[in-house]
Amino acid sequence: MNWKLFGMPLLIGVLGAAGLFAALLGDGWWDALAWLGLGLPVWYGFRGFFR
Amino acid sequence: MKSKTIRTWSAIHTWTSLICTLFLLLLAVTGLPLIFHHEIDHLLGDAPQLKVMPADTPRLDLQQLVLKAQAHRPGEVMQYFGWDEDDSNGVVAIMAATAGTEPNSSHTFMLDARTGDAVEMPSANGGFMMVMLRLHVDMFAGLPGKLLLAFMGVLFVVAIVSGVVLYAPFMRRLDFATVRHDKSRRLRWLDLHNLIGIVTLTWALVVGVTGVISALSDLVIAAWRNESLATMVAPYRDTPPLTELAPVSRVLDIAAQAAPGMQPDFIAFPGTRFSSEHHYTVFMKGSTHLTSHLLTPVLIDASDLQVTAVGERPWYMDAMGLSAPLHFGDYGGRPMQILWAALDVLTIIVLGSGLYLWWVRRRSATEAGR
Repeated sequence: MNWKLFGMPLLIGVLGAAGLFAALLGDGWWDALAWLGLGLPVWYGFRGFFR
Repeated sequence: MKSKTIRTWSAIHTWTSLICTLFLLLLAVTGLPLIFHHEIDHLLGDAPQLKVMPADTPRLDLQQLVLKAQAHRPGEVMQYFGWDEDDSNGVVAIMAATAGTEPNSSHTFMLDARTGDAVEMPSANGGFMMVMLRLHVDMFAGLPGKLLLAFMGVLFVVAIVSGVVLYAPFMRRLDFATVRHDKSRRLRWLDLHNLIGIVTLTWALVVGVTGVISALSDLVIAAWRNESLATMVAPYRDTPPLTELAPVSRVLDIAAQAAPGMQPDFIAFPGTRFSSEHHYTVFMKGSTHLTSHLLTPVLIDASDLQVTAVGERPWYMDAMGLSAPLHFGDYGGRPMQILWAALDVLTIIVLGSGLYLWWVRRRSATEAGR
């Protein structure tokens, strides 16, 4: 496993999956997990256009 | 990775993407307003508004609502009653010429449970949002349209997986999230394509797979009818069709007794595709967050109101039930809706940049060949 290459994508992917599932289990903090898990890809995705 | 392996994966990625890109663009563009269909209905004034009445106003009994619905649309029959999530006084009624009429030819409206007044739901029967929905679901082509879109969804998943494989050779020498802004336009878009593609991976896979499952819903429901429902109603095989139905007034109480701890989601009237010729079928949902997406059918004999069976939940019906929220993004509040829309836009960018990268490379390959 090449951690330098796949470390961040793996982390983002796992958090995203955890968030998508968590919000199915409840509201409040469970939803917040989904916002974090989906917020990271959105942040990195749009940040790529700047700098 | 050997260069031959890279070339093979590259060919898989190119061709699966190229075939599905136009359809995926259609899905992503029409999906965008659908994420906010509730809000758009309110803005357009298409959301049903019930009268303001004292909170303790009693509700009519269900059979009275059936009579009100039939008076509202004479000559049609009841197909479904469903319960509104926004307003517990709203009952969604679906009627059509015959109980077996296909969903797109049915008429959907709302009944005020306290007065029986009919309130129209324009966006459920036509208009802009319905056009978006039909383009998204079947491109106005019925089952063949759905199956074609399901196949495009499968190609999309293959394109995503092959894209992840190709991420390694392209990004080997670069730090995560590097975008080379100061080299060529092609390199900038290549880096953006790789970056956005890899960070939206989980979401795109989940929405892709649940979209395929939803597109196959007609087949899933047919499987349920053939296996589950057919077994439950086997004793009725030689019974003539009912000429008169017992009143539905107590049907919800009967279902609640048969499936304790669950809430009614909708009633399918006899002859619809969610019921048999001889039953009212009440679909009950669980009372936890997770199980509220999983439906248990309670079959109630429509002549004597005896419970015939409480259905099992086959795995494919559960898969279909859970696919809906995971595809719509409607289960995590407003922030989730907004993130869903942002991820949808990012997907459009990945599709567009992929198309651009293919075009540029193809052009340079032809020029090199001259």
